[in-house]
Amino acid sequence: MDLFEYQGKQLFAKYGLAVPSGEVADTPEQAKAAAEAIGGTVVVKAQVQVGGRGKAGGIKLAKNADEAYAEADNILGMDIKGHTVKRVWIEAASDIKKEYYASVTFDRSAKKPLVMLSAMGGMDIEAVAEEHPEALARLHVDPLIGFQPHHGRWLVYHAGIDEPAQKGVLDALMKSYEAFIGLEATLIEINPLIWTADDRVVALDAKVSIDNNALYRHPDLAELQESVTDDPQERMAQERGVTYVKLDGDVGIMGNGAGIVMSSLDVVALAGGKPANFLDAGGGSNAEAVATALEVLLSDPKVKSLMINIFGGITRCDQVAEGLLTALDTLGATLPIVVRLDGTAAPEGRAIIAERAPANVVVEPTMLSAAKRAVELAKEAS
Amino acid sequence: MSILVNNDTKLVVQGITGREGQFHTLRNKAYGTNVVAGVTPGKAGQDVDGIPVFNTVRDAVEATGANTSMIFVPPRFATDAIFESLDAGIDLTITITEGIPAHDMMRVYTHLGRGDQRLLGPNCPGAISPGKATVGIMPTDVFTPGRVGIVSRSGTLTYQISKEIGDMGIGQSTVVGIGGDPIVGSSFIDVLGMFEADPETDLVVMVGEIGGDEEEKAGAFIAENMKTPVVGYIAGFQAPPGKQMGHAGAIITGSSGTAQGKKDALEALGVRVGTNPTEVAEIVREQLG
Repeated sequence: MDLFEYQGKQLFAKYGLAVPSGEVADTPEQAKAAAEAIGGTVVVKAQVQVGGRGKAGGIKLAKNADEAYAEADNILGMDIKGHTVKRVWIEAASDIKKEYYASVTFDRSAKKPLVMLSAMGGMDIEAVAEEHPEALARLHVDPLIGFQPHHGRWLVYHAGIDEPAQKGVLDALMKSYEAFIGLEATLIEINPLIWTADDRVVALDAKVSIDNNALYRHPDLAELQESVTDDPQERMAQERGVTYVKLDGDVGIMGNGAGIVMSSLDVVALAGGKPANFLDAGGGSNAEAVATALEVLLSDPKVKSLMINIFGGITRCDQVAEGLLTALDTLGATLPIVVRLDGTAAPEGRAIIAERAPANVVVEPTMLSAAKRAVELAKEAS
Repeated sequence: MSILVNNDTKLVVQGITGREGQFHTLRNKAYGTNVVAGVTPGKAGQDVDGIPVFNTVRDAVEATGANTSMIFVPPRFATDAIFESLDAGIDLTITITEGIPAHDMMRVYTHLGRGDQRLLGPNCPGAISPGKATVGIMPTDVFTPGRVGIVSRSGTLTYQISKEIGDMGIGQSTVVGIGGDPIVGSSFIDVLGMFEADPETDLVVMVGEIGGDEEEKAGAFIAENMKTPVVGYIAGFQAPPGKQMGHAGAIITGSSGTAQGKKDALEALGVRVGTNPTEVAEIVREQLG
């Protein structure tokens, strides 16, 4: 789960990391009130989970409350790389002496936390890593020992942090790691971490991702989870607990198990078609799960044909066939549906479809032939 | 021979009295796996179809000599269950549970690195040595005894590929599901190394998917350390970046972890990669001659 900047900053404050004082606003009126409360020059920042906000005009300075109103009015509703701005964060403007970079990430390859620090902050860190690798100090942490002050000192010296800011940066690193552990985050990124004119070290941005699997231990964080998707199928799938990802093609796809569904998308593409989605009905798919999954797929008007690819292990193909028939009864879909059943109870499943399914349902013997057929049928239908 | 599970396996099931735990325990037993014990706290003295239940793994090991554990407990209790199994001295812990937090797995993985015990999973379907033993949730009738090893991050794809090569009359020595989570106890490299040392495995199929860099690391290992031929498959060419495709570990981060990147890396190291499960089966047949 990715958090918005304002959520990250509010959490940072709980861990004792310095952040500029600020308030969140959903309307220009609220933005004006926030600017008045904060006083002085403020920054109006679009709250979207995508990089490059500044360049897109989503971050503006406002000298007073009226300017804050005008800037918020302009930014709210703005489209930034496909993300609509629904909220802005108003914070006190900072007097920046220098911008640094700090992060704690879950390094999947090393299977350990990775702490990174650079004196070259405020820019794309991947570019820094590529062009000036020596400027990015990196240190893996043994998760059973934790991040010790000497780790922090090593990073501070090797990143070349300016002397007056060293103590503040070390403190920010220690607290970032505490937050990483406490929140069960997969990412804590502060870019930039600034050294201010009055020699303080402050987190000017906050990028925080939380491990979804750990949310049961963090009910307060789970509450922050908002549906960030505007897509009707993704929303419907979320509500019904179906594992679904929207793509931009017209061949709807459903299968049982993440691997076989990914593979189904690939064979549809190899057959010259474009998959409309990823949908995993689950390893133990029963009739009800299949019906629910189909409802999500069939609600997408872009879908011209369906490929249902089931390899029965624990899943029984006769159950899948029953679920398909039930769903078709209720939803009355007429688009072509290509079904491939293999594994446990496949002959029974195929028999159920042959005897009772409407004419728009066809059975294919293999994954490849099913993909080809579904692609042909989608082309005929469009 | 075969690897990981075989006639020497003495299995204890953690979470044996749960619905799923009981169902799969009995299926494993029916296949011929030597299931010696189950563990559910507070249920010592009971039995599941004649399999004695103990309160703790340590009690089960002391009474039965169990050397392999299968974990079926819900995610919020699973990390404790893994550590309990390791503390009881179990050689091989197979964790079926899906949804264990990543921070827990960082600690488990680091702890594992300090000893020589082995963990398979989490979020894996288990392992089967056809005709000998199965531990996990794999549908056993897809597999036949033979000389091809399979190691995979995905359950259903493994069944698909096993069936396709089975239809050609080619069986398996051992089929290993390493799991679909970002951190799993045994990597492709760990399992490839075991297959390389197994005189009854003539070829290995490695089934990977998007996310992480374990396939790339495996490619380097194959090039340097393996005489046994390896055929690869990667799922997820159509996956968009930043979206989790079912498995917690199946996600492209930025530009890393793509299917094309993995395929290119493997091919550059001399590993043939099939574009779909059927082509994988055909390459296997061709390489076995």
